[in-house]
Amino acid sequence: MNTILSKQRLSAEVFRMEIEAKEIAEARKPGQFIILQMGGDFGERIPLTIADADPVKGSITLIFQAVGETTHRLALFEVGDTIENLLGPLGKPTDIKKYGKVVCVGGGIGVAPLFPIVQGMKRAGNEVKVIMGARNKDLLIMEEDMKATADEVIVVTDDGSYGRKALVTEPLKELCEQYKPDCVVIIGPPIMMKFAALTTKPYGIHTIVSLNTIMIDGTGMCGGCRVTIGGKTKFVCVDGPEFDGHQVDWDNMLLRLGTYKSKEQEAHHRCHIGMHIKEGEA
Amino acid sequence: RDRAQIPLQEMPTQAPEIRVANMQEVAIGYTESQVRIEAMRCLQCKNKPCIAGCPVAIDIPAFIDKAAQGKFAESVEIIKQSSLLPSICGRVCPQESQCQLYCTVGKMHKDIDQSVSIGRIERFVADYAREHELEKVPQVGEPTGRRVAVVGTGPASISAAADLRRGGHEVVMFEALHKAGGVLVYGIPEFRLPKKIVEHELNNLVAMGVEIRRNYLVGKTRKISDLMEKDGFDAVFVGSGAGLPKFMNIEGENYIGVFSANEYLTRSNLMKAYAVGEALTPLFDSHKVAVFGGGNVAMDAARTAKRLGAEEVTIVYRRTEVEMPARKEEVAHAKEEGVQFLYLHAPLRITANEKGRVNGVELITCELGEPDASGRRSPIEIAGSEKMYDYDTVIVAIGNDSNPLIKATTDGIEVNRRGNFIVNEETCETTLKGVYAGGDIVLGAATVILAMGQGRKAAKAMNDYLQTL
Ligand SMILES: Cc1cc2nc3c(=O)[nH]c(=O)nc-3n(C[C@H](O)[C@H](O)[C@H](O)COP(=O)(O)OP(=O)(O)OC[C@H]3O[C@@H](n4cnc5c(N)ncnc54)[C@H](O)[C@@H]3O)c2cc1C
Ligand SMILES: Cc1cc2nc3c(=O)[nH]c(=O)nc-3n(C[C@H](O)[C@H](O)[C@H](O)COP(=O)(O)OP(=O)(O)OC[C@H]3O[C@@H](n4cnc5c(N)ncnc54)[C@H](O)[C@@H]3O)c2cc1C
Ligand code: SF4
Ligand code: SF4
Ligand code: FES
Ligand SMILES: [Mg+2]
Repeated sequence: MNTILSKQRLSAEVFRMEIEAKEIAEARKPGQFIILQMGGDFGERIPLTIADADPVKGSITLIFQAVGETTHRLALFEVGDTIENLLGPLGKPTDIKKYGKVVCVGGGIGVAPLFPIVQGMKRAGNEVKVIMGARNKDLLIMEEDMKATADEVIVVTDDGSYGRKALVTEPLKELCEQYKPDCVVIIGPPIMMKFAALTTKPYGIHTIVSLNTIMIDGTGMCGGCRVTIGGKTKFVCVDGPEFDGHQVDWDNMLLRLGTYKSKEQEAHHRCHIGMHIKEGEA
Repeated sequence: RDRAQIPLQEMPTQAPEIRVANMQEVAIGYTESQVRIEAMRCLQCKNKPCIAGCPVAIDIPAFIDKAAQGKFAESVEIIKQSSLLPSICGRVCPQESQCQLYCTVGKMHKDIDQSVSIGRIERFVADYAREHELEKVPQVGEPTGRRVAVVGTGPASISAAADLRRGGHEVVMFEALHKAGGVLVYGIPEFRLPKKIVEHELNNLVAMGVEIRRNYLVGKTRKISDLMEKDGFDAVFVGSGAGLPKFMNIEGENYIGVFSANEYLTRSNLMKAYAVGEALTPLFDSHKVAVFGGGNVAMDAARTAKRLGAEEVTIVYRRTEVEMPARKEEVAHAKEEGVQFLYLHAPLRITANEKGRVNGVELITCELGEPDASGRRSPIEIAGSEKMYDYDTVIVAIGNDSNPLIKATTDGIEVNRRGNFIVNEETCETTLKGVYAGGDIVLGAATVILAMGQGRKAAKAMNDYLQTL
């Protein structure tokens, strides 16, 4: 059960793992995620998007960035190891249908969960342009996959080490003005999603974002993942993870994501020492 | 009559100042001699009024009589004819409003607190049998070739699974979380119900041949229709509980430091966050905590907050102590542990600092008016009595609704206005043939013993139904 079938390192901090999970592979649709837990009684539960699945083989693919203690521990797992607890597929699938012209915006690790949506949007008959960004060239992932799927791919880096030196919002604004998409899908760091959603707002373009709040159960039981959408409280794990980007109370969500920051940083630091890993490396 | 003069045996407990610094059980349990003395207080009434107060009608005088004679294994066998989880119910039943409310001894003293301590005796004999390995593993029936899926692993599902397995059917339980046990594991804290007791009950099920599949969310991993049409299950029991936390929809409820009791307790219990340094799930640092609500959930959250290091914890309740639905013993324990009670106050809004962290709560004073639908006098806010209070943490413990997932993913299941499954009272069958339900998903947030009772009732009807296939 939940045996790791393959593992690749996509960049210094980003890993791809294919994991045996027959029922999840059969049921999952783009946009859905899993929650995993490992390490006996004391491990935490973390959500990761299902980046791909093979229902015939009975496996799912996760792409994750080692950012803290649990993701570092996961990065140490090797082919043949098993993940004790894996629950899914969770959340509502992406609303994939024929919109016409679709722009998909991915930032950092967000490019991974964006990929199945790009595939789905293409299959539904849309013209799809992709904007993908990263801090620098080393952190860019899945460029080839995107190029093989989308009609056009625009790559940007914060430092200009590859592609255009810009934030994703720059080409996004240009596309809003010139290309006039019917739908924009944005997945990336919350601060990027906030500004990208603000970019499309004046043009009144339907904008979908995928929120990554702190979760525990992922079944609607704890309410820890709640966000304010259009003035109403929603649970990201069951009502989302995707919402109308123009309705999200971004400032509240960003603050809530930092609830345990100081403790997480301590734990992250400790795990670098404990596992003999250099900072900035996983 | 002399028996009625025997003094009530107090429950030995950890001293308050010691127990607030640990997670171990507060009530240590009677000694053998204590339990026999307490059992001798029972008058063995001919009309057995106490039995009417027990939702599963345990033969109370009979098991108490065996306990008085020191025949603990026989005593627990009598209980087990009606209740499968006496170690648990003896601890968490609201006895003062059930069996002990009707006890003649309490009536003679005109004081419910003087009733025979039925729950404590029940707990003792069940613990004794478990610890001395005197329990009989229930007999499993001849294989019938029928398969039953049980959704959830709370008390309703545990009791249904046991009785279905006794009926000879193959039984598979599906649990969403990575640990089985339902609220008994993620909600009720260790200091009130040691998790090893719940584990023991689940191990008994496994020993009977029940399969428990964790990390399986019915409705998402697979739907009920898939279980029945593709996976070959002939019937389904749904015991999915009432796991949808209610919020109050007041201003500031999404600030940092506002938790549902479910989240607060799940972090500590299920994720073991109280084991700081060992657990990877972080805890919020709280100093001044307000808990909204007056039930068992509120008491558990408040007492957990104390144990996790909060200096000041206050229960804010709209009515008075008399109307509080929590078990009396929990309220008394909470007070001993220094939890404060602010009665007749209702929250209006929550405020935060520039970082979005809670720094206060505005409360309004209430007075009691006419009785409402629940029969309790309803609180009426007194205009102009609003006042700000300093808190850095708010725990909302005003109850749970039913999780809508199964209803939303299963055609043919009907629910009432509150989202509870509509079932046939006699059989617990839902509006969908072959699908039965019990516990909180039917009753709304209720009690362990009622959930257990419904699980058994459903299993009986299911055993009959499966024979007709
Ligand atoms: C629906 C969803 C899908 C996601 N998909 C992916 C993905 O495909 N790939 C990927 O790399 N990351 C994904 N994430 C983010 C991932 O869950 C976090 O990076 C991870 O939980 C961090 O855990 P940690 O212990 O390694 O780091 P920590 O240092 O403990 O946390 C780093 C930051 O992650 C967030 N976080 C902490 N705990 C949790 C938690 N229990 N649940 C959610 N967020 C948390 C907090 O903002 C925290 O500051 C997703 C999150 C959500 C909600
Ligand atoms: C903090 C707290 C304290 C309490 N204290 C007391 C007390 O002192 N005395 C008392 O009598 N009662 C108490 N109660 C109430 C009591 O715990 C419940 O009435 C009882 O547990 C209900 O049992 P159940 O079997 O219906 O469901 P639950 O115990 O709620 O179990 C339901 C299980 O089903 C799982 N599940 C839900 N949906 C799915 C799905 N779709 N697929 C798979 N699994 C699913 C859940 O994860 C859960 O494990 C308390 C409740 C709480 C929250
Ligand atoms: S199960 Fe509960 S109500 Fe019944 S006798 Fe035991 S403690 Fe009393
Ligand atoms: S009512 Fe009280 S005294 Fe009478 S049989 Fe029941 S427990 Fe004993
Ligand atoms: S993670 Fe608990 S309700 Fe969403
Ligand atoms: Mg972490």
